[in-house]
Amino acid sequence: MPKDGGIGASTKRREDVRFLTGVGNYTDDINIHGQAHVFFLRSDVAHGTLNSVDTSAAEAMDGVVRIFTGADFEAVGGMPCGWQVTDRHGEVMQEPRHPILAHQKVRHVGEPIAAVVADTLEQARDAAEAIVVDIAELPAVIDMKDAVKDGAPKVHDDLTSNLCYDWGFVEENKDAVNKAFEEAAHVTTLELVNNRLVANPMEPRVAVGEYARGTDEHTLYTTSQNPHVIRLLMGAFVLGIPEHKLRVVAPDVGGGFGTKIFHYQEEAFCTFAAKACNRPVKWTSSRTEAFMSDAHGRDHVTKIELALDADNNFTALRTDTYANMGAYLSTFAPSVPTWLHGTLMAGNYKTPLIYVNVKAVFTNTVPVDAYRGAGRPEATFQLERVVDKAARELGVDPIALRRQNFITEFPYATPVAVEYDTGDYHATMDKLESMGDFAGFAARRAESEKNGKLRGLGVNCYIEACGIAPSNLVGQLGARAGLYESATVRVNATGGLVVMTGSHSHGQGHETSFAQVVSEMIGIDANMVEIVHGDTSKVPMGMGTYGSRSIAVGGSAMVRATEKIIAKAKKIASHLLEASEADIELKDGAFSVAGTDKSVAWGDVTLAAYVPHNYPLEDIEPGLEETAFYDPANFTYPSGAYACEVEVDPDTGKVSIERFCAADDFGNIINPMIVTGQVHGGLAQGIGQALLENCAYDADGQLLSASYMDYAMPRADDLPMFQVDHEDGTPCTHNPLGVKGCGEAGAIGSPPAVVNAVVDALQSAGKDVTHVDMPLSPDRVWAAMQ
Amino acid sequence: MYNFDVVKPARIADAVKELSDSSESQPLGGGQTLIPTLKQRLASPEKLVSLAGIDEMKGVCKGEDGSVCIGGATTHATVAAEAGDYPALAATAAHIGDPAVRNRGTIGGSLANNDPSACYPAAALASGAIIKTNAREIAADDYFQGMFTTALDEGEIITEVRFPVPEAANYQKFVQPASRFALVGVFVAKYGGGVRVAITGASNDGVFRWAEAEAALSTNFSASALDGLSLSGDDMISDLHGTGAYRAHLCAVMTKRAVTAAG
Ligand SMILES: Cc1cc2nc3c(=O)[nH]c(=O)nc-3n(C[C@H](O)[C@H](O)[C@H](O)COP(=O)(O)OP(=O)(O)OC[C@H]3O[C@@H](n4cnc5c(N)ncnc54)[C@H](O)[C@@H]3O)c2cc1C
Repeated sequence: MPKDGGIGASTKRREDVRFLTGVGNYTDDINIHGQAHVFFLRSDVAHGTLNSVDTSAAEAMDGVVRIFTGADFEAVGGMPCGWQVTDRHGEVMQEPRHPILAHQKVRHVGEPIAAVVADTLEQARDAAEAIVVDIAELPAVIDMKDAVKDGAPKVHDDLTSNLCYDWGFVEENKDAVNKAFEEAAHVTTLELVNNRLVANPMEPRVAVGEYARGTDEHTLYTTSQNPHVIRLLMGAFVLGIPEHKLRVVAPDVGGGFGTKIFHYQEEAFCTFAAKACNRPVKWTSSRTEAFMSDAHGRDHVTKIELALDADNNFTALRTDTYANMGAYLSTFAPSVPTWLHGTLMAGNYKTPLIYVNVKAVFTNTVPVDAYRGAGRPEATFQLERVVDKAARELGVDPIALRRQNFITEFPYATPVAVEYDTGDYHATMDKLESMGDFAGFAARRAESEKNGKLRGLGVNCYIEACGIAPSNLVGQLGARAGLYESATVRVNATGGLVVMTGSHSHGQGHETSFAQVVSEMIGIDANMVEIVHGDTSKVPMGMGTYGSRSIAVGGSAMVRATEKIIAKAKKIASHLLEASEADIELKDGAFSVAGTDKSVAWGDVTLAAYVPHNYPLEDIEPGLEETAFYDPANFTYPSGAYACEVEVDPDTGKVSIERFCAADDFGNIINPMIVTGQVHGGLAQGIGQALLENCAYDADGQLLSASYMDYAMPRADDLPMFQVDHEDGTPCTHNPLGVKGCGEAGAIGSPPAVVNAVVDALQSAGKDVTHVDMPLSPDRVWAAMQ
Repeated sequence: MYNFDVVKPARIADAVKELSDSSESQPLGGGQTLIPTLKQRLASPEKLVSLAGIDEMKGVCKGEDGSVCIGGATTHATVAAEAGDYPALAATAAHIGDPAVRNRGTIGGSLANNDPSACYPAAALASGAIIKTNAREIAADDYFQGMFTTALDEGEIITEVRFPVPEAANYQKFVQPASRFALVGVFVAKYGGGVRVAITGASNDGVFRWAEAEAALSTNFSASALDGLSLSGDDMISDLHGTGAYRAHLCAVMTKRAVTAAG
């Protein structure tokens, strides 16, 4: 049993005390003396020419400070895109200007047209109603395949078409892949939709801009997963504020799931307006605004083909995907269907030849970007669905077909440019088989049938990539950012210490798990370690939290910085103990001389560092503070095997999940309880995608699911008790903790298990159903059965 | 929200007076529908007349004829807990919304609103309930007049709803996955004089009675009596959560289940 507070202990989350007792400090809790409120007047049409925005009557209304329109922002930059994709012909993607407020045209329902700053929010709303907007409506393009047809209305008049890019990966493999298909003994083909989702973090987005005239300093408080990235993008590319005059703070953040990575117009607006109005300016998104202004997720339409030889070995894989970008490029949108998706198409299998084509398309919808899993769920879903379909077509056991094609030797270089460092897919599948009690399935199915229900079992594997890196590689792939992480460890004179990490916690529990690592390394109580994040004025330049990167990249930076601290502390200890540095050992918070009973406590060493009376001043500086930047050598590759058992009511089409088992390999684990929580949350969102969630537009671009009345979030009673097992993973080979990351796995791995199970249930009743598109709502399942 | 005044009278007569003072005033029940509407600025009453302080409009009692009488300002939670004499009605109330909604929302508010997917309209129509107002008594068959439309006049308040207690009854609610209102809800009630079947959630005209099913069940109160009966989906609600045809199918399935459960 690891000691409480150390690595491997299920320490309770220290931050939960403040979250659960109502004393957290969320952005909406920040109210600055004299602040004004902004209300954004948003477009209610999907596509139109903005003839005029008449604010004259509104400006005269009570409490109005100032009203801004698109014309006020012509001189500043548009919202930047952080990733440039080069297409299969060597051309760079089409990159439209993304204004802070719509100018000349509106391109999606929810796009801000005007911003009213007033003393109170209600006054701002009153004035917004008095603004007269003249929009000449244009035909909207919503369906991606329509959008790329000749003569389709163009979302952006100055681009050549609605095609952002046409990406081929790996283009050089294309002919060989096609040849393998010609020679295949069997080809399985599947067309499917990966449904558009809205992230729906519990806390909506908020921004508060503040400007100090005396020092010309700007501060933005915002609900961000990566405050430094916002500072860089907004400062350098949008508003032209140097970083040393711009502070970005992301305090307690109530969930992000990716949608709080991106730089949004409202952040830039509040920062800009605080100076323009010389008053702090605050915006809090309503839930309705969130539905039409937070970047959406997924939205792929794919045709996937799998080629097999006569012995059922996978010989080639070919995919053709349309990926919705929405009306503008959100910050990391271009990377999601390409480098976070194409590179994962090998999955857990040694398929030698793979070709992925992705057409990214502009439509008159809210921009789409990364959402929990980002690209990997889309890859996993297609692959694991087509493998399942192949097994059914060939009449072979779906698990046996997977096992037969597993990668078994590591490191393994896939044909889609990545190298898996480690994994043991048979071991994970073994765990799943024993957890899932597959032997008992036939009896459970018989029992369900007695009750008039159809029972199905669905299994799938997944592989994912976390901690995308190294920076020089991602730069070649088009990233306009580095993907390292930073940490400063500041030890105080009395021995307590503060870790300032570039990672950002918005529910993940870093304040607990990061402290466990440092306390274990030094051998002090975890309560002596404070974790600080989310403030560019405190933390060194960091890249933030997304892509399940925090422990693998941010944790590694913290380990490196702590190692530097320990190395220096040993020098101080060797001086105090009058022993050779090589003989100093650190254990349980005390430095001792090997083979003797001479020792000095951690607190005495730290005190000496700051009160350097008896101190080797000629060799080392006083103080004990170190910074490390960690740039990983490779991604990490968590993997797993999931099983879902469903009951389908044949009269209504309603699916209920009876069992769900998740066997994951996350490498080493710092806090098993937190990891279990991350898996549970991911499963809830993955099952939500599979059964419930659907962001739908009508043909005119009106958002049909703009509230919880129509957008179905998973609730506790939609879910079974999960069985999860993430013990005994294969440690990552290239980071100091041997960790891989666990934040997204549940959402990546679960949708195919659910759909495979429902197809299994329907086929057990003799229905000729090979696929149902998500969400598997009762009406869709019922329709599929007819 | 636009600004408005709130008054909280203690008697029905005072509430009626407050409502008649100005045409821009509106009764406030539990606010579970009205407050979100105000927040979205979809309504702008000058004055809200809260019914929550009127004790004579609250509670469940038994009428002389044996009917269950529910005050118009009685919350769903109270009906769930206290309408034990009409178990199917109590069970219906127990499955409206979530605890917060049930502790606030009222039967009067629900029936006045007549949401096409709400539960109480099906219960009231299938039970042949009497809707009592400050001015008159309205039979359920005359009360519901299409989605969000009722026989109530401006300023008229539902003070009580009287439910004759059936020999057997059951409500089957197939929930819309997002809102958890009824995608289709069927209330079946068997009285000495015959069986009544009311369906909510399905029709573009709001809650309705299914005459063929009633006739068949009045002769033979068993699910098999419904074999072969179906409704057309042509005039039914078709949306993100189900086509008209799917709703029509669910009407038949849920009616059978209600009959079986009513026993
Ligand atoms: C999250 C959520 C889930 C819900 N789920 C369900 C569900 O599953 N099934 C269901 O049936 N309902 C559901 N509802 C609606 C709920 O039952 C409401 O209580 C009901 O619709 C309105 O009742 P209220 O007392 O809150 O009325 P209010 O919102 O106060 O008023 C509604 C309307 O009725 C008028 N009114 C109120 N009381 C009276 C009266 N006594 N006489 C005349 N007019 C009156 C008001 O002026 C207003 O026009 C849900 C609501 C929410 C918020």
